[in-house]
Amino acid sequence: MTMFLSNLISGISLGSVYAIIALGYTMVYGIAKMLNFAHGDVIMVGAYICFCCLYNLGLPPVVGVLASMAVCTLLGILIERLAYKPLRQATSLAVLITAIGMSYFLQNLAQMIWGANPKSFQTVIPAGNLTLMGGELKISYVSMVTIAASVVVMVALSLFVGRSKMGRAMRCVSEDKGAAQLMGVNVDLTISVTFAIGSALAAIAGVLMCSAYPTLKPTTGAMPGIKAFTAAVFGGIGSIPGAMLGGILLGVIEILGRAYVSSELGDAFVFAVLILVLLIKPTGLLGKKIHEKV
Amino acid sequence: MSETVKRKSDTKMVPFPSRAIVPERDLGKRPVLECSHLGIDFGGLRAVDDFNLTIGKTEIAGLIGPNGAGKTTVFNLLTKVYQPTTGTIMVNGKDTAGMNTVQANKLGLARTFQNIRLFNQMTVEDNVRIGLHNQIPYGMFSGILRLPPYWSGERKQHEKAMDLLSIFHMENLADEKAGSLPYGAQRRLEIVRALATNPSLLLLDEPAAGMNPKETEELMDNIIKIRDQFQIAIMLIEHDMNLVMGICEGICVLNFGKVIAKGTADEIQQNPEVIEAYLGRQREDEE
Repeated sequence: MTMFLSNLISGISLGSVYAIIALGYTMVYGIAKMLNFAHGDVIMVGAYICFCCLYNLGLPPVVGVLASMAVCTLLGILIERLAYKPLRQATSLAVLITAIGMSYFLQNLAQMIWGANPKSFQTVIPAGNLTLMGGELKISYVSMVTIAASVVVMVALSLFVGRSKMGRAMRCVSEDKGAAQLMGVNVDLTISVTFAIGSALAAIAGVLMCSAYPTLKPTTGAMPGIKAFTAAVFGGIGSIPGAMLGGILLGVIEILGRAYVSSELGDAFVFAVLILVLLIKPTGLLGKKIHEKV
Repeated sequence: MSETVKRKSDTKMVPFPSRAIVPERDLGKRPVLECSHLGIDFGGLRAVDDFNLTIGKTEIAGLIGPNGAGKTTVFNLLTKVYQPTTGTIMVNGKDTAGMNTVQANKLGLARTFQNIRLFNQMTVEDNVRIGLHNQIPYGMFSGILRLPPYWSGERKQHEKAMDLLSIFHMENLADEKAGSLPYGAQRRLEIVRALATNPSLLLLDEPAAGMNPKETEELMDNIIKIRDQFQIAIMLIEHDMNLVMGICEGICVLNFGKVIAKGTADEIQQNPEVIEAYLGRQREDEE
């Protein structure tokens, strides 16, 4: 029982990271109608920036996290402006391939700057465990901080999107760009803000993920990025609550699968879920069917 | 018919500045819209050709014509959805050449759509608040961190939105999803949303489409009420001739992209070219 609880908590903790990354995917998809496959690599850049602040500059962890958020925000806006905005009218396939290209570009850029050797990312969160149930159940501080941080992020994002001027603009742009523009909403700015927020979240996810799994290399972001994409599709791409739910469920499925079925097939479970969802409910758990206008 | 005629104001229509006519009360005020030689090509098709129109500051103008005449294209040109091939559009004396839809909206053009384009997943109030997006602004950081400007901005937006919804007595629907409203209410909400952007010229694309006669009557009263209360000009595309002849002061008739007649309701009703466009040519032997 304690074994199960312990696995469940690490599953939720991993899932929280997926959920934060998936939020970036789902928001960008909802508003710009594109899959930003470079999103996973923004996580990696965020983790490297935090690493540099802590080890090369000797700054306190809080500053490191804030700096990595700031850099990733700028990076997100820059990627959108340089790579995706010129393709606003292009076919979705062209944008998708550009996103994959951007992903490889970021990986190789990171390799040029920081080298291909894995860096050991020492956690920004104090090591240690909280012991419960007479010493049988141990919850690491990393897990606790990860879960708490993701709850804060999700609540803040929900409030921002649900009850603020820019959040409303984001929602209306995702429904009807043309009508939004005719009501005076600046669509380009709204898309930039979406990329900025998604990338800032990716930075947080990068730091949290590397605190739990402390190996940092240029391809660190690729696998979590793909899994978070799976989570976004699982929850229903374009839906913010869907991304949160999908991320957490996916993390739990992965960890429980590793623990009880096969430790080698953990990743396979994740993608099996993606295939099942696409077969049974292609719109995802909370996704809505979109009627394409002809 | 006699009842609808009473709705029109007593103001005479007078020439301004030359061939164009505007209500007498708008003389001496800058017209809200001046189009000259406006035209657009779609490939080889000239969808609108040599369109000239002047709308007075508080005029209710009508744009009518058979299906496919280019009426909605004119609206799309005015709101900069399309860039014109030829001609100029002046809004409140400013040339809109090279502007985009957002800039045209900020300059004072707001519109509704023939096929309703509300933000269906959002609430009625949020739809109106989208219209208020540029009217009651506050910075994004205030929005993220919920600083005082956020709270005062949101409160003002709420009050203004409720105020605007009260024109059509829709305050009690504020929390409904826009997509779940009945058809007539959706059309009214579109008007409120457009009004929220603080326009000087409100463009209504078939506002009475799908409304029953009673709703249309109410709509006519409300259009006049909006004009009087906000002191703005309104231009509408409509197939309901009762509505057009009842409230429009200046009427412009399009056929195959060309203006075939301009004038007051009485003039239009007696214009042989207009009758021909709508009913077809009378055969010689029947005369």
